[in-house]
Amino acid sequence: MDPRVEKRIELKAPVSRVWRALTDHREFGEWFRVKLDGPFVPGQISRGQITYPGYEHVKWEAVIQKMEPERLFSFTWHPYSVDPKVDYSKETPTLVEFRLEKTATGTLLLLTESGFDKIPSDRRLEAFRMNDGGWTEQLKNIESYVAQGS
Amino acid sequence: MSAKRLAQAPVFAALGDETRLSLVAKLCGGKLYSISRLTQGSRLTRQAITKHLRMLESVGIVHSVRTGRESLFEFDPAPIEEIKRYLDLVSEQWDQALSRLKSFVEG
Repeated sequence: MDPRVEKRIELKAPVSRVWRALTDHREFGEWFRVKLDGPFVPGQISRGQITYPGYEHVKWEAVIQKMEPERLFSFTWHPYSVDPKVDYSKETPTLVEFRLEKTATGTLLLLTESGFDKIPSDRRLEAFRMNDGGWTEQLKNIESYVAQGS
Repeated sequence: MSAKRLAQAPVFAALGDETRLSLVAKLCGGKLYSISRLTQGSRLTRQAITKHLRMLESVGIVHSVRTGRESLFEFDPAPIEEIKRYLDLVSEQWDQALSRLKSFVEG
């Protein structure tokens, strides 16, 4: 088990349309609600300012990782780093991946956010499942949480 | 949210070690354990086990209770519950963002 967030969403729009909404920095800014300084370039830092009401003080900063046309867009960032007094740069960033697949009706978008930790592998966590403690229950919660779709 | 959020990384780090995980595995049954008992059957010295327990204690996953001459250790699920709440928050934010994306590309 590794704590991650996974989402699947069906979009009634062609893959090319969704790709543009994800990777054109102005279009991304529209739905994500961020005003970005410039285009996304793999290997480079993307900066901007959140425009979501109530969070306008929050800066957007991400490092663009991969842009494989109409297939994969990914970046690393510090999610929801909303407190200006906290230096989030010391924390390990998480990886956000958007994967696109063509479907009969449009596009299937798979989103994964991973790397919240350096938490141990499945094998090591087996130790907990064999135990009857309250924590086993907690781990199940995390597991079912991470297993859930959109 | 942010103060609690900041506490996540050390909790994850504390769990990212096989010895500490095995200690938590013993402790999470709810019973109190002495250092001697936790050292039994381990290749590690009492001193090494103590160091790992103190690290778990520093992030609040275990607490020590002093009884007479020795310390007993017990498990506290609260930090793990915090992690779950944090992941719930991240998840909820993505639900909202993706729903805006949906309206954006379908509209």
